[in-house]
Amino acid sequence: MNQVHELRLDPTVCDAHGFCVEMLPEILTLDEWGYPLLASGTLAVAVPLQLLPSAKKAVAACPVAALRLVKVER
Amino acid sequence: MSTPPAGIARLLPVGPTGAALDLRSLADHERHFGPLPAIEGPRIGHPGSMVHEIERAGLRGRGGGWFPTARKIHAVLESAAGRRAWSAGRKPVVLANAMEGEPASSKDAILLRHSPHLVLDGIQVLAATLGAPSAFIAVHRGSSVIDIVTRALAERRDPIVIELITPPARYVASEESALAHWTGDGIATPVFLDRPFQRGVNGRPTAVQNVETLAHLGLIARYGGEWFASEGATSAPGTSLVSVGGAVSSPGVIEVATGTPVAEIIDRCNGFSGDVAGFLTGGYGGAWVATDALLAAEWSPESVSAAGGVIGAGILWALDARECPVQELARIARWMAGESAGQCGPCRFGLPSIADDLDLLATPAAQAADLHRINARLPLVQQRGGCKHPDGTARFVTTGLHVFQDEVAHHLHGHCSASIGAGSLPIEHPRRTPVPLPGRDFR
Repeated sequence: MNQVHELRLDPTVCDAHGFCVEMLPEILTLDEWGYPLLASGTLAVAVPLQLLPSAKKAVAACPVAALRLVKVER
Repeated sequence: MSTPPAGIARLLPVGPTGAALDLRSLADHERHFGPLPAIEGPRIGHPGSMVHEIERAGLRGRGGGWFPTARKIHAVLESAAGRRAWSAGRKPVVLANAMEGEPASSKDAILLRHSPHLVLDGIQVLAATLGAPSAFIAVHRGSSVIDIVTRALAERRDPIVIELITPPARYVASEESALAHWTGDGIATPVFLDRPFQRGVNGRPTAVQNVETLAHLGLIARYGGEWFASEGATSAPGTSLVSVGGAVSSPGVIEVATGTPVAEIIDRCNGFSGDVAGFLTGGYGGAWVATDALLAAEWSPESVSAAGGVIGAGILWALDARECPVQELARIARWMAGESAGQCGPCRFGLPSIADDLDLLATPAAQAADLHRINARLPLVQQRGGCKHPDGTARFVTTGLHVFQDEVAHHLHGHCSASIGAGSLPIEHPRRTPVPLPGRDFR
C-alpha cells in the first residue's frame, strides 16, 4: 500500500477568498462563481509529491481553514 | 405475538367501505393492532434482540435512501461504544423524521393522520433496542399534523418520552444531518463530515428514521420479521407508501407491496387522466423517466433505478403532456435554488445560474448556446456540496432535459408545443435567489 496525500475541501466553510488557487494552480482553479474547483471535480484531490510544499502553502493561506491535507492509504 | 393482519393494507388498514381506518385514538389503535410488546434493551455494545427480527424482516429505510435499518442500528451502537465511559455523548438519540420536505410527497402526513400511534410505537421500539433515553419526532413548522401528533403523545404513557419538535419548513431541513443540527443547536442547515449516526443531536450517535420506517417497526415488534418479509420484493421486503400525483384519475397515497408493477400502481389510481409526457420519480431531488420505461418497471429501489429513476421517498408524478415540460424544469429548478441553505458556493450560486439558463431555454426564443451552458454548468454543482441538495437538483434537470429532449429541440426551433400553462408540480413560497447568507430562515 502506498501513502498518498489528499487535499480536502470543506465546502460549507469555504468563502471564495481564492488564495489557495494562487498557491496551487496545478490542481486548483476558480469556477465561474469564484470558488476553488479541485482537479478531481469533487471535494478531495490527490496531491503529487512534488506539489506537496505548494499544497501546504495553500492550506496555510486559507483564512477560514476550509482546506486540510490528510495522508491516506491507497 | 398478536395475530398478524393479512393482505398489503398494513400501515393504512382499510375498513369495510374500502376507506383507510381512522386509528388516531390509542384505544382504536390497540384494538386493531394489539398492544405493543415489551422490547428488550441493549447489552454493552449489542442491540436488543429486536434487531434480529429487523434483520429477518430485511427492512430498509423509507425516507429515500432505503438503507438497511438493522445496519443503521448497529452503526449507531458501534459509534456509541467507541465513546469514552465518562463522555456525555454516549447515549444514542432517536430522531423520527416526519418533515416531508419533498412537496410532491404526502405519505408521512397521511400515515400520521390515520395511524400516529403506530409511528410512536416504532419510536419506542427503536429507542428501546438502542437504549436511547430520549427521542424526538420532527414535523415541519405549520404542518397540519402537529395537532394530531400532540394529541397522540398526550394519550400515551411511554417508557421513553418523545418530544415533538417543529423545525422550519425548508427543503434541506429534512436532510438527516440538518435535522440533527436543528434538534441540538436550533439551526436546520446540513452538516458536512459528521454523519448523524456518528455525531448527531448534541454530538450523540443519532438514529434518524423516516416515520414510515418506524411504523413498519411498530408492526415488526408485534408480528415478527418473517411476517414482514412475507410480502414484497426479496431485495426490499414489505409494503411501501407511494404518493401518486399529476395526470392520474385518482391521485393520492396508496400502500403497495414492493415489487408491484408500476403499471399496476397507476391502475390502482384509476389510470391516467390524459396523455403523459413523462414521470418524475423521487421528487425534486429525483429523476425523470420516460413513461414506457417506468411502466415496465417494478416498485423496488433496484427496478426503478434500472429504469433510470429514483424510488426515493416514494413519489410518482405523471406530467400532463399538455404542459411545457421545460417550463416545469425551469420553475422547479428555481425553487430548488431558493431552497439552498447557502452554505456552499456551487449550490448557492450555481443553482441560480442553471435556473437562469433554464428560464431562457423554456421560451421559444431559446438558443443552442443556452443548452450548452447548462450542460457545462451541471457538472460544476455536483459532488461539490456539503449535502446532496445540488446533486439532486442537477439530476432533476439532467434527466428532465434528456426525457424531454424533443420539446427542448422544438424550443430551439422557435416552437413550444404546450397547449395549457405549466405549473402543476407543487411548490410553496418561492424564495429569491441566490439565497442570502447561510443560516438565515433556518432557525
